[in-house]
Amino acid sequence: MALHFEILGRFNRARAAQLTLPHFVCQTPLFMPVGTQGTIKGLTNNELERIGCQIILGNTYHLALRPTSELLEEAGGLHNFMNWPRAMLTDSGGFQMVSLLHLADITEEGVTFQSPVDGKPMLLTPEESIQIQNRIGADIIMALDDVVKTTITGPRIEEAMYRTLRWIDRCIAAHKRPHDQNLFGIVQGGLDPELRDICVKGLVDRNLPGYAIGGLAGGEDKDSFWRVVAQCTAALPEDKPRYVMGVGYPLDIVVCSALGADMYDCVYPTRTARFGTALIPEGVLKLKHRAMADDTRPIDPTCPCMVCKNYTRAYIHCLVTKDAMGSQLLSYHNLYYMMRLSRNLHTSIVEGRFPKFVCDFLQTMFPKGDVPEWVCNAMEVAGIDISSCCAPFPSCQEKYSSDEIGTNDIHMELRLTHTSYRPTRNLEI
Amino acid sequence: MKFAVKKALSSSGARVGVLEVGSCPAPIETPALLLATRKGLPHFISPELLPSLPSPDSNLLQVSPLHFLEGLSTTTISKIGGLHQMLGLKQHGIAAVPRDSIQCLPESKAATRLGASFETPCGRLLIKPKDYIEMISCMKPNIWASLADEVPAWVSEKRNKTSVDRTLRWLDDCISLYPAAGSIFGAIVGGTSLEERKRCAEEVAKRNVSGYWIGGFGLGEGIDERPALLREVMDILPDEKPRLTCGLGLPEEILQGIAAGIDLFDSTYIYSLTLGGFALTFSLDKSGEQHNLQSDQIGSDSTKINLRATAYRKDMSPILENCTCYTCQNHTKAYINHLLNVHEMLAQTLLEIHNTHHYLRFFHVIRGAIQDGSFEEFRQAFLESRREHFKGEAIST
Repeated sequence: MALHFEILGRFNRARAAQLTLPHFVCQTPLFMPVGTQGTIKGLTNNELERIGCQIILGNTYHLALRPTSELLEEAGGLHNFMNWPRAMLTDSGGFQMVSLLHLADITEEGVTFQSPVDGKPMLLTPEESIQIQNRIGADIIMALDDVVKTTITGPRIEEAMYRTLRWIDRCIAAHKRPHDQNLFGIVQGGLDPELRDICVKGLVDRNLPGYAIGGLAGGEDKDSFWRVVAQCTAALPEDKPRYVMGVGYPLDIVVCSALGADMYDCVYPTRTARFGTALIPEGVLKLKHRAMADDTRPIDPTCPCMVCKNYTRAYIHCLVTKDAMGSQLLSYHNLYYMMRLSRNLHTSIVEGRFPKFVCDFLQTMFPKGDVPEWVCNAMEVAGIDISSCCAPFPSCQEKYSSDEIGTNDIHMELRLTHTSYRPTRNLEI
Repeated sequence: MKFAVKKALSSSGARVGVLEVGSCPAPIETPALLLATRKGLPHFISPELLPSLPSPDSNLLQVSPLHFLEGLSTTTISKIGGLHQMLGLKQHGIAAVPRDSIQCLPESKAATRLGASFETPCGRLLIKPKDYIEMISCMKPNIWASLADEVPAWVSEKRNKTSVDRTLRWLDDCISLYPAAGSIFGAIVGGTSLEERKRCAEEVAKRNVSGYWIGGFGLGEGIDERPALLREVMDILPDEKPRLTCGLGLPEEILQGIAAGIDLFDSTYIYSLTLGGFALTFSLDKSGEQHNLQSDQIGSDSTKINLRATAYRKDMSPILENCTCYTCQNHTKAYINHLLNVHEMLAQTLLEIHNTHHYLRFFHVIRGAIQDGSFEEFRQAFLESRREHFKGEAIST
């Protein structure tokens, strides 16, 4: 194990911690920007440090293609190659493969696919994924998992979960640098609580340095999403970091943190910046909109970042989607927003004012009090009283609405208890 | 704006001067380079990284008012308080010139007696003096060029003469419409005709302007035609006022302009290099000698290297060993090569930083040579040894 996780403060399930990694000491909850190909779209390292990025994510699939993991190893690892002094995490390569390559096929051996470079048949095995990640040298590496979309139903989900457990053993065996790289296991199991439970227990048995909750952020409804996160955070060990992969929207991060998660990653802030959308406490601001052309206010008057301190919405409006600088400035602000959110989550928990932070956050985002029902339900489980932010509206108080039954394809009626989740519809095991 | 000549050489028109521009923290030595911008900011260098460039050398920017026609009204610019405020560049000197030589190019065929025409990303635009003055008064640059009717080298005598007539008339319009403005630089055109250049310069010299913007270059004239044209103009212009030119971007052209007596240059060279994946590596030796700094560089000509070349895949050294720019202090050729391969914007950012830094140092070395009185020797050595390199590369197998 090459990390140290120390909890500095709590509120019910939420925790603020210090995560010590080989390259950097981080504060959680934290958001990790995605630097797909060894760079965060247009931002330099010193800007990223100024913004407060602690860990950045590299995509193994892309890096293995270019510049190749062998070259990175020769360069002394991705840290050296990019000259990034802080922490790094690499994913296993599996997700990109499945989502980017139409002809990818998953077998017990691994993921077979056509190389996008020359069309040759290739195979990514758990062993190969770990070896590539060993060469890249990130502080945290991810096990190769059999990931399925949450919108899929049937025996495939179960097959994927058990395979993930079999593959984690192969990953552990192949991992040559446990002393300076932390291998995280990924909990799969779709939206099925029983499968998730089996997976969590299996991974916890392997005593890994940290755990990720995978297979979410892929189109499932929010109600199912938070319940899976809640179940997993309840079952995963207290003293190890929990990483919800692919999350996401600021609201989702606040909810998951309330439920006990610590780490997040998503392309959303940087990708949406390139389309001209800024993240603000009220939600989003579409800078491309004609109304922005003569708005001389900063993007976010409460934001102390370089962009908000110096530039108006009108100026950014004339840049976005047309000039590289527009992308850069918006990415800068959006990432700053995410880092500020992370810092606020951490500090408010440590300073014992987390519920107030959550309420202020929700009030700003939903000034009419129309906080989504799934958020209300999740906060109830998290033990956070947000009644002051919710308009006096009946459905907000109900645990689940009867309207949901029968309308959702993958609907599973879950009875809420704090200790266990049992589906009312029997699944075949 | 204040300008003073500090040292002028008798052997040539070259001179070292000092420019004090309202907002800059320190006086700027000339000859100086104005950084090219897009909508007021560098193409790729973020405002956070601008301070990492040599200062105050890097504090002069050239901005084309036409860039803002694509989405920002003059009313809004006024409301914000002008360019300095809008761009967050309160310590910078801004020179407004409509032509940016990259995307806003003079279209002489469409100009009329009412206004100059430009090809821009918004299409072809006719800019009248009144509209131009409105832009300038809202933007409040420190320096601005009057509206000119620039024509390429191949137009008829008649068209060329008309361009001078129009340019002079528009200068008078600009002066009368906005007398109290930042410092107006009178535009001097005249194409490749010695008489017209002389006539234009004489007329502009009679007007009450703070400096001169010498246009009409980089539009098809041969590099060998320029010295005579420049001399014709410089002989007439008073020494004590600064001269800004457009369209002389390459090192050879810069040296040519300085020898004639130009003080301020814009240049598209850096932008073109950056887009092409090139990094400047030519020698900044005080003698001007272009020693083969980096031998055996494939894909290079010893004055610049092309970082797309596969030779750099594993090159873990910086572009230039003793360059103090952000790029060379922090990154390797291998990393930039990778960024170029995967089409990441950071490649352009890092290259623009290095190339700008290198070019600003070039100007610094030139100023040193003028101070020492060795400018002509410097220029000679630079041009000859550079030509040798190009010849050598062309002949080698």
